[in-house]
Amino acid sequence: MTGAAAAATRRLEEAFASGRPVLTCEIAAGDSPDPSGLLKRATLVREHVDAVNVPDNTAGIAHMSGLAAAAILASAGVEPILHVTCRDVNRIGLQSLLVGAAALKVRNLLCLTGDHMAHGDQPQAKPVFDLDSLQLLRLAGTVHSGRYLSGRPIVPAPDLFPGTTENPFAPPYEFRPLRLRKKIEAGARFVQTQIVYNVPRFREFMTRVVDLGIDRQAPILAGVSPLRSARGARHMRDHIPGMDVPAALVRRMEGAGDDRARAEEEGLAICLEILEELRTIPGLRGFHLMPIHWEEAVPEIVSRARLRGTEPVPPIPAATRLQGARA
Amino acid sequence: MTGAGSPVATGVRGVLARHPAWSRFLDRAARPLEFLIKKPIFGCRMCGQCTLHETGLTCPMGCPKTLRNGPCGGVRLDGRCEVIPEMACVWVKAERRARFLPWRGAILRIQPALDWTQRGHSSWVNALKGTAREARP
Repeated sequence: MTGAAAAATRRLEEAFASGRPVLTCEIAAGDSPDPSGLLKRATLVREHVDAVNVPDNTAGIAHMSGLAAAAILASAGVEPILHVTCRDVNRIGLQSLLVGAAALKVRNLLCLTGDHMAHGDQPQAKPVFDLDSLQLLRLAGTVHSGRYLSGRPIVPAPDLFPGTTENPFAPPYEFRPLRLRKKIEAGARFVQTQIVYNVPRFREFMTRVVDLGIDRQAPILAGVSPLRSARGARHMRDHIPGMDVPAALVRRMEGAGDDRARAEEEGLAICLEILEELRTIPGLRGFHLMPIHWEEAVPEIVSRARLRGTEPVPPIPAATRLQGARA
Repeated sequence: MTGAGSPVATGVRGVLARHPAWSRFLDRAARPLEFLIKKPIFGCRMCGQCTLHETGLTCPMGCPKTLRNGPCGGVRLDGRCEVIPEMACVWVKAERRARFLPWRGAILRIQPALDWTQRGHSSWVNALKGTAREARP
């Protein structure tokens, strides 16, 4: 293959292939047309992770286009993962977006259904949802194979690396691993989960995932995010759909008081404890950090949890079936 | 559809393909009947591509995101919809009901995207016609 599409870097796929733990991090695309904020956030994390996620108008709040942000990152030498959602565009727009992404050397795509705009700042907008995440994954497969949906050829075939998410913390809990398997059948080649605060629930989910052999079909990264304040923890618990923040964690954040430095230290401590616990869960290939507007915390988390660096990284435990009882 | 490959089904499909006027007539006759039966029982939205039997006899078009392949990640911890908190998540219901069906595994089938040209038409007649599932992700 020749041309622009072939020149995109494959660092994320290579990291998965290498067998070592993989780290990714999500940063905000930002509201401003000035890319310096985006690049500043990327600079804070780029040395520490394999790839950087840029979301697509999270929660239905308009930001700079995710594709533009991902292209800016790619040209700055950062490996981007572009979130593609079905909320704002139909299948025609999605096909053109996928081909456009390939042209801009954006290869990694996180295919999502997308947050509903009901909780955003413009709930009056028309929800599109022409496709869902599975159909989007299949669409990415079609485009990757060098065809539009109609069958028209795309030359050269865009080289895409589609992945997806799963939320183990939203009912129906028993269905979540099966749904993840369905997504992998639809073409997902890597998985980034929702933020883990409820570790026992996540352990249950991963036990089932390992039993079904899903972790061997696609690498799974556990979502991790440091809490920054008691207010933030309560907001996440009460207002972000699909988030499961256990009462004990909210109490710990409240116990740290209103002093910002103390609250942040407590949030980091909780984050490190969760990472430690996640390391004992079989079937994980690494972590996906979501430092919501707190990118400065990423280097600290990575070094204190020894996720990277010259020190030998503790190996990800091999898949075992028995180690899954409730913690 | 079950038996889509049977000789009878193939024959019906052939007849309807040769006589578009007949299939238009059938569609117009079946539409109100289908709506009258399925609306009160399943809350049918007349998408024209019924998957009720594969989604635990729960209409996925009642989902605010019209998801046909399973629940989104925003389901509340009590199993209610993130967009309409008074409503139980369509897929929480679908998954629960599917467990009691002899064909419970059907919920794991990947459903293709909707063909929006068929919205408002009779899915029964569409099933007889064997509407093409190609060119849809």
